[in-house]
Amino acid sequence: MLEAVDVRRVLPGPPPVTLVDAVSFAIDRGEFVAVTGPSGSGKSSLLYLLGLLDRPTSGMVRVDGIDTSGLDGAALDRLRLERLGFVFQFHFLLPEFTALENVLIPIRRLGRLDDRAARHRGAGLLADLNVAEAADKYPGQLSGGMRQRVAIARALANDPAIVLADEPTGNLDTANGRAVFDVFERLTAVDGRTVVVVTHDIDLAARTHRRLHLVDGRIVRDQPVRASAA
Amino acid sequence: MAVTLLLDIALGHLRRRRRQTLVSVLGVALGVGFFVGVTALMRGFQQYFIAQVIDVSPHIVIKDDYRAARPQPATLRWPAGAVAVSGVKPRDEPRGIRNARAKLAELEAMGLAVAPTLQGQVILRYGTRDVPVSLYGIEPERERQVTNVERDLVAGTLDDLRSTANALIVGVGVAERLGARRGDTITAVAPSGVSMSMKITGLLRSGITAIDNGQGYALLKTVQVLQGRSNVVNQIRIRLADIAAAEPLARQIEARFLYRTESWEETNRNILGLFVVQNAIMYSIVGAILLVAAFGIYNIVSTVVYEKTRDIAILRSIGFGRGEIQAVFVIEGVVVGILGGLAGAVVGYALIELLGQVRFENVGGIMSGRDGFILAREVWPYLVGALFALIAAAVAALVPARRAARLNPVDIIRGAA
Repeated sequence: MLEAVDVRRVLPGPPPVTLVDAVSFAIDRGEFVAVTGPSGSGKSSLLYLLGLLDRPTSGMVRVDGIDTSGLDGAALDRLRLERLGFVFQFHFLLPEFTALENVLIPIRRLGRLDDRAARHRGAGLLADLNVAEAADKYPGQLSGGMRQRVAIARALANDPAIVLADEPTGNLDTANGRAVFDVFERLTAVDGRTVVVVTHDIDLAARTHRRLHLVDGRIVRDQPVRASAA
Repeated sequence: MAVTLLLDIALGHLRRRRRQTLVSVLGVALGVGFFVGVTALMRGFQQYFIAQVIDVSPHIVIKDDYRAARPQPATLRWPAGAVAVSGVKPRDEPRGIRNARAKLAELEAMGLAVAPTLQGQVILRYGTRDVPVSLYGIEPERERQVTNVERDLVAGTLDDLRSTANALIVGVGVAERLGARRGDTITAVAPSGVSMSMKITGLLRSGITAIDNGQGYALLKTVQVLQGRSNVVNQIRIRLADIAAAEPLARQIEARFLYRTESWEETNRNILGLFVVQNAIMYSIVGAILLVAAFGIYNIVSTVVYEKTRDIAILRSIGFGRGEIQAVFVIEGVVVGILGGLAGAVVGYALIELLGQVRFENVGGIMSGRDGFILAREVWPYLVGALFALIAAAVAALVPARRAARLNPVDIIRGAA
């Protein structure tokens, strides 16, 4: 589903800085993976490479079976639009649009649904995430937890196979953080999506299926979570 | 792709910066408005001026001289040969257009309104005063078809030239300088020394100083006698239905008759040249206003790009391409340009109405009889002004828009996190 083959990302110097160093792994459909590690270990950089926001200096990222190394910018944009959903630490909702309109942006960009169907889908997503009442409110009128749920709804707007989350709970209190992970669990277990979440919260990471631990851009541990917890 | 989506995003940005948007729109509106207003003012005056000039003078004048020395027989005999004749002394010829009657008939056969004229300098003498005038010998019936002299007569008619012996019509300025009035008999002296008593039967006021202070009209036959040039005509004057045809037709006639033939454009080239300079100055000023307006647009779009870097990152992560990010910000500039163009049309219209209300003292001269601005109310300045505003807006927005498109979403997210 999501595969990295000997992926390196070096910021050109001087001096060159290696963000991600010869990382290889494969993640299956429906897997819930946590990427952990100390700050500066390259977790987020790895996530951006997997999300096609950044390109590896060498190596290959395969998304949904597609080798992305030979694709041009437009093709990467298309893959992001259709198959990937992003959730960031800060909600990153567009402040000029209501919650529902924010969710509609990716749907309208893809342009497969007519206006009515798009609104129906957007409202459904908000309801799934328990923020139906926020639909016509602007981000500034919502609490942090609600905004993040709206942001997740937007990430799911085009029904992506893969959801990538960068410290999605970093700005939330414990209860809201747990709620977000509840959603991710459901996305994997019920919907069969692949979720990769970068976090430094060990308790939350323990709720995933598999943990990739990075130090200095390298994977030092790649193990199923249940085994380590047992 | 949903252009409406990009438009929604762009409009959202502009709504957030309502005041700055308003100022930018106002800047464009002033630029377009001034362009429209000043164009109406300048073109109104210029068109009026040209109309006045064209009105009182013929559209084409055939004169009795040549632009270039006439080709020599040797060059005519061997046109391709290596013959060069230099230092040719022109022959002294009796001045005047040869076979003028035949040429008049030929031109009339082409359907043109033509009038033969003998024009020459004379001195008008009355008491102790001498006033030099350019005296035109005309045929009233034909002159009427070629110039509007008759309309500008403040006393007498052209037919008086026929009904009164040695009748003379002079400009009001000439009469004033002579101290003579209608009905007075004065003396006209030709360069040859011949003099003739003439009676002022009419006065002419055209509004053009050169005519009013320096021209006189008499019967062609009378002037021919005064000048001692019987049956000589030295100008053929032509009037056209379409003034735009004057220049090409003048060239055609000159090629046919060889005599120097001037269209009204050539005769008034100095004034028309002045208008070109005047227009250049005007458009530079308006261009400067639009340039300032463009900086306003650049400023607002730059500010929005700076403010919205996070939005750019999120849109990129959703799957928007660089081109679409650029389009969002260009649209913002274009929207300001369109709003400015529309508001500018209103400003321009109001400005024209305002200028139309302005009244001033009669300044005389060519403006005599008018107490306000002459305004050309045309549609094209609105369109041209709006088009320029749109282009200026798009170009001004393109610079920051390209910067927005080049932003790397990863850098932005890192910066925010």
